[in-house]
Amino acid sequence: MVGIVAYGAYVPRLRLQRQAVYDANKWFAAGLRGLAKGERSMANWDEDSVTMAVEASRDCLTSHKPEDVRSLYFASTTHPFKDRQNAGVIGTALSIEQNLLASDVGGSLKAGTSALIAGLNASQNGGGPALVAAADKRMARVASTGEMNYGDGAAALLCGTENVIAKLVGHHSVSMDFVDHFRGDETDFDYGWEERWIRDEGYSKIVPPAIKAALAACKLKGADITHFIMPSLMPAVPKQMAKMCGIGEGAVRDLLGANLGDTGAAHALVMLVDALEGAKEGDKIMVVAFGQGVDTLVFEVTAENAKLPKRKGVSGWLARRKEEKNYMKFLAFNEMLPIEKGMRAEFDKKTALSVLWRKRDMIYGLVGGKCKVCGTVQFPRSQVCVNPNCHAIDSQEPYRMAGLEANVMSFTADSLTYSPDPPAYYGMITFPEGGRFMADFTDSDKEQVKVGAKMRMTFRIRDNDTMRGGFKRYFWKAAPV
Amino acid sequence: MARGIKDKVAILGMGCSKFGERWDSGAEELMLESYKECLADAGIDAKQLNAAWFSTAIDEVHVGKSGIPLSTTLRLPNIPVTHVENMCASGTEAFRGACYAVASGAADFALALGVEKLKDTGYGGLPGGRGGPLQALWSANGTAPGNFAQLATAYMTAHGVSGEDLKKAIGHVSWKSHQNGAKNPKAHLQKAVEMDTILNAPMIASPLGLFDCCGVSDGAAAAIVTTPEIAKSMGKHNIVSVKALQLSVSNGSESGHNSWDGSYFHTTRIASKKAYEEAGIKNPRNEVSMFEVHDCFSVTELVTMEDLHISETGKGWKDVLDGFYDADGKIPCQIDGGLKCFGHPIGASGLRMLYEMYLQFQGRAGARQLKDPRIGMTHNLGGAPRENVSSVAIVGRFE
Repeated sequence: MVGIVAYGAYVPRLRLQRQAVYDANKWFAAGLRGLAKGERSMANWDEDSVTMAVEASRDCLTSHKPEDVRSLYFASTTHPFKDRQNAGVIGTALSIEQNLLASDVGGSLKAGTSALIAGLNASQNGGGPALVAAADKRMARVASTGEMNYGDGAAALLCGTENVIAKLVGHHSVSMDFVDHFRGDETDFDYGWEERWIRDEGYSKIVPPAIKAALAACKLKGADITHFIMPSLMPAVPKQMAKMCGIGEGAVRDLLGANLGDTGAAHALVMLVDALEGAKEGDKIMVVAFGQGVDTLVFEVTAENAKLPKRKGVSGWLARRKEEKNYMKFLAFNEMLPIEKGMRAEFDKKTALSVLWRKRDMIYGLVGGKCKVCGTVQFPRSQVCVNPNCHAIDSQEPYRMAGLEANVMSFTADSLTYSPDPPAYYGMITFPEGGRFMADFTDSDKEQVKVGAKMRMTFRIRDNDTMRGGFKRYFWKAAPV
Repeated sequence: MARGIKDKVAILGMGCSKFGERWDSGAEELMLESYKECLADAGIDAKQLNAAWFSTAIDEVHVGKSGIPLSTTLRLPNIPVTHVENMCASGTEAFRGACYAVASGAADFALALGVEKLKDTGYGGLPGGRGGPLQALWSANGTAPGNFAQLATAYMTAHGVSGEDLKKAIGHVSWKSHQNGAKNPKAHLQKAVEMDTILNAPMIASPLGLFDCCGVSDGAAAAIVTTPEIAKSMGKHNIVSVKALQLSVSNGSESGHNSWDGSYFHTTRIASKKAYEEAGIKNPRNEVSMFEVHDCFSVTELVTMEDLHISETGKGWKDVLDGFYDADGKIPCQIDGGLKCFGHPIGASGLRMLYEMYLQFQGRAGARQLKDPRIGMTHNLGGAPRENVSSVAIVGRFE
């Protein structure tokens, strides 16, 4: 039996208030008024689809060992790199490299479900546990509906054959080049066709036959479906599709539009995680994703779901929130404002790729060292033990620190250094097990950062080398627990 | 402990340029300004110099590498010139090199000259973005104020000092230096400042405000050293000799091992203890007449006075508030205005501290002259509290 064995999610902390967006833009786009309610998730300046996918994957692997993962699929329409495997960055951040097949899946809003099908197939065919991560951080033009409707976020699902929490009943796909919207490689923004045409010629004619075919393959009727998951920017469409297929209106899952927004290629999986968090044994979940065709997957929840150790999931990350009413900050974080950064922002961010390769476990995995002689944990791992009473040579074994909590020993809020979100918080963090380093803080407020405060390590963008086309330097930062 | 160099080296002459935003000068002009004064003061000819040490810290924004910029600018007689860099402690490194050359007998006359020209970068503060290709990938994107601000947070935590008390104490440190700097015609900042202005200044890196940070200055300072015997044979009076030179460099334990609590300078404690030993000083609080310490930030000075074993650990802030280190206090500290007001052209700072000592011992300090100083200590720190080079020199009358 193949299926989902664990799930996780990630939602950035900031929630942009749609009213604030509308207030700034209503002089130009009064028609956005109807969307000016609720909030959407907004990535911090140091987050992208890779960092969010890493967080969702960590959440997913709360109760599983990363090194057991044999394949890793990363779905997004906003992969930070066109040529450099994004899934590979995630793998290294999770400290899995060996025996791993990593693959990026993109090009469509159904990339998330396509990746999930690939992961399930790989697992079913003896490929071992497959981690499927999906994340999107889509840009939208100022005063567009996308700016209102999109959200940033990620989900991750571990596929496997043991202790399955939701077994795969069946899946079905159709692929056709119905271009409701597109994003060419010369722009950051989507271009969409008329909504009524998309609804009448697209959704209405393409989706119901696909769902019916999936139901038939699974020997199910529409009424059997307990949770119907179908992302759409048109909230009425999923209900309409369900109705056309005999699926009960009560089964149609909330689109999470009010407090998250549509997370693009990740959204079907985000909604699936949201459903799994409350699903009961025997529940049948149908996941439908639309984008140049349709992917449909049907799962049946098992008794194992209730036994899955607690994790944050969609609800946990949604509960960690900070309202953001500063629309200018949203624009600046997304490089949509030619803001005066000052000369301190001019420092060259060129990355020595040879150094990055040699130190990839340290930089991407936050792997330190533990001295075999005195037991001292340290970061970075060095050839000579840092303990002043030891100084043993070549005595250290790799020691993973990304999952450890740290305490703030000292900190500052620096208004002098360049930061896209000043003041820059950073400080010395110490790990109770041993080890410390001067870390950048993120997702931090004055009220939270104190000496002794507990911090959690999170994988983030440290610098962006815009001189060389946007090489993101990733590293770990400390965020208040 | 090694035998040390107590009284083996004498300062024959010194020079110091005007410090400040020297829009009129490049590093070369500043070097010459200090050198001309130094050479005249020493009373020797350039041809008599046997070797030179040249200190800078951020030479990539002014002179560049090697000993050539010094040799070329001063037209030195093709003698050995060694370029030294040890961050903000570079000036004392140049002096150390010159002194060791004389103490060893390798040179009769050695020159130490430090310079920094920082005001050609286009912005305030120190140039950033340094460090190797690995450090750039992980160490926090911090500034000097941000690193030293953490000394303040850790000090408050370690000793239970309230934010208000500490702010007042470090405010007093800066207030005192401004009082002193006002009497120094070569200082960058020569204006006394009210306490209210200091306490209410804009925040740079909390809890350090604008007046808790020293300025960024251009300047140069130089010394020519020889042996006390040669100085005497030249008919010199009021000879100032070197009593001790010690340097302690972090080995990563503060930044990487949980035994350090962030509230003190591990290296300064070591270097000063060794220096007192080399100089034969048993009770520094009673024996040292004056200090010039590395007050890059107000809190650095406060904590340093504990690590130099003058104030009790955790009580330095009280000594500061009692006026112990004021010009009219028991042991004046930064009588020339310190880095805070005299200025901090990095490669020159260690030599600038010695310049004030030299003037004071010779009774040439003008409006700042202290009554009968005999022993003085300079403390020159490079780096951040968690990882630094701490350099101390003890100089005094040759008796």
